[in-house]
Amino acid sequence: MATALPLDLARPRRTGAAGILLLLALAYGLVPLLGTGYLFEAILTPFLALALAGLGLNLLTGYAGLLSLGSAAFMAVGAYAAFNLSLRLPGLPLPATILLAGLVAAAVGAVAGLPALRLRGFYLAVSTLAVQFFVAWALNRIGWLSNDSPSGIVAAPRLEVAGLSFDDARGRYLFSLTVVAVLTFLAWRLVRSPTGRNLVAIRDHETAARIVGVKVARTKLLAFALSSFIVGIAGVLWAFAYLRTVEPAGFNLDRSFQILFIVIIGGLGTLRGAFLGAGFIVVLPLVLSRLGAAALGDGFDSGTLEMVQRIVLGALIVAVLIREPAGLAALLDRALNHALRRVRPRS
Amino acid sequence: MTDHNDVLLRVEALEAVYGGAVQALSGVDLTVRRAEIVALVGANGAGKTTLLRAISNLLPATRGQVTAGRITYDGRDVGRTRTDALVRAGLVGVLEGRHCFRALTVEENLIAGGLGRGSGRADLRADLEQVYALFPRLTQKRRLPAGLVSGGEQQMVAIGRALMGRPRLLVLDEPSMGLSPKVTAEIYRVLADLNRRQGLTLLIAEQSVTLALRHAHRSVVLENGRSVLEGGAETLRSRDDIKQYYLGPRAGAPAPERQPA
Repeated sequence: MATALPLDLARPRRTGAAGILLLLALAYGLVPLLGTGYLFEAILTPFLALALAGLGLNLLTGYAGLLSLGSAAFMAVGAYAAFNLSLRLPGLPLPATILLAGLVAAAVGAVAGLPALRLRGFYLAVSTLAVQFFVAWALNRIGWLSNDSPSGIVAAPRLEVAGLSFDDARGRYLFSLTVVAVLTFLAWRLVRSPTGRNLVAIRDHETAARIVGVKVARTKLLAFALSSFIVGIAGVLWAFAYLRTVEPAGFNLDRSFQILFIVIIGGLGTLRGAFLGAGFIVVLPLVLSRLGAAALGDGFDSGTLEMVQRIVLGALIVAVLIREPAGLAALLDRALNHALRRVRPRS
Repeated sequence: MTDHNDVLLRVEALEAVYGGAVQALSGVDLTVRRAEIVALVGANGAGKTTLLRAISNLLPATRGQVTAGRITYDGRDVGRTRTDALVRAGLVGVLEGRHCFRALTVEENLIAGGLGRGSGRADLRADLEQVYALFPRLTQKRRLPAGLVSGGEQQMVAIGRALMGRPRLLVLDEPSMGLSPKVTAEIYRVLADLNRRQGLTLLIAEQSVTLALRHAHRSVVLENGRSVLEGGAETLRSRDDIKQYYLGPRAGAPAPERQPA
């Protein structure tokens, strides 16, 4: 009895591991060979940055149950920290810059998480909203942060690691993919660690967590710091690899909501949910514009597209919350299980 | 029994309020000695849960506050010790209403209790085996999310999770709540067994007085936030007024008013 290591309770999922390897092989092998510049620039790179941001928020909201509306602020902190680090410490290699930028975002996140020691639910969400506005204000007001650029908009530095340039569309995609893969692996390790279990314990029942000895305050701040670390690096990717400029407007409240929607639609408390949700959010407007153009011809302009997009997104969130609170991840799981049962009946 | 070192938990003249206004406790005295089972008896709203929360220093997390008196556990001032430090010192609680971590599996729930104490892998494994030996029903359910097992099994998980913290004083809030008599009997059998074999000290709040008195060595009666009676379970069992108030007229001898004067 209890011969398996109790801490490695991973439900045996060989199919899952094989699937991830297959995805990675495709993403590194096939996609760079076949992809077009449009695919990399308009779809894959923003998808990766948003998925990473969703992953970070999911640690906080999905796993630890702490609602945050400040994700875009932490992205901005990461992006501006990376910009300033590369500007003021030119000798610093890019991976170190990104790591330090993540740590800056983590520190800001830990401070922003202080109200979580007292507040819960909506009240906490409102306090993270304050962080969102404060960061936007600080970036507009403190000229030093944007190197005294009048508009607050600055060009992102070149992506170069050890003499290798990642500046073309494919390079920026591969760069983002690597960062996302590494951080996703670390996040996966985290959620299976005792710390990850403590996050879920606090979400499921805070008092019960306290009474079995979980250090609730420390774990909550840690959740904010870890989540902001990942979201901050997502901000670096968003600015450096996707937009190639750093500007406060790219990190407004809309972005925060977008990331929250990614997590909700994809599935709270699952890592793959962030990727499913981000894929959905990135691909949806493209599909809608194609469909709209096919159905309405020239009458379907970008204004209509945006409106339709919002309506569809809103309707989908309502539908997801009612039909499947666990999101696309749960839908996908069910479909896979169904398919597997057909292939191998009785097992 | 007067030896001072024998006392594991001492509550003195404790008063507590909720939200700064609602008086929940107004003068509770209680001692628990080592290797003893003490039952805390009282009606709904008598303050049992508040007292147990105060003993684990959980009141600040639930907008409550101790306003007077003190609680000492094994020489520590409970009011100045964080809950997680109390757990590591061996004071572990089981909340009312068997609160499991629903999304975690049964085994992950149990492990959470061991990690809270700071157990290493070898300890965790040994303690897990012990809990499964005490509650064999959990063995088959170990891979299931705790939210999906039955109420009785959830209570076993909650108790097992607390046992994983290797308590010296286990504090239980109404372990029988909402459970069938059969499951309740099983749980009490395990608890009494732990007390007998390992000398585990137990403080159990219980509405069902008959049940509590059957297993407890001593019991304390709480009424309107005050401790009104303390005594050996035998004494309380034979006292007519207790029977009248808490056991109901059917439970023992005829009710006093029907007795000849």
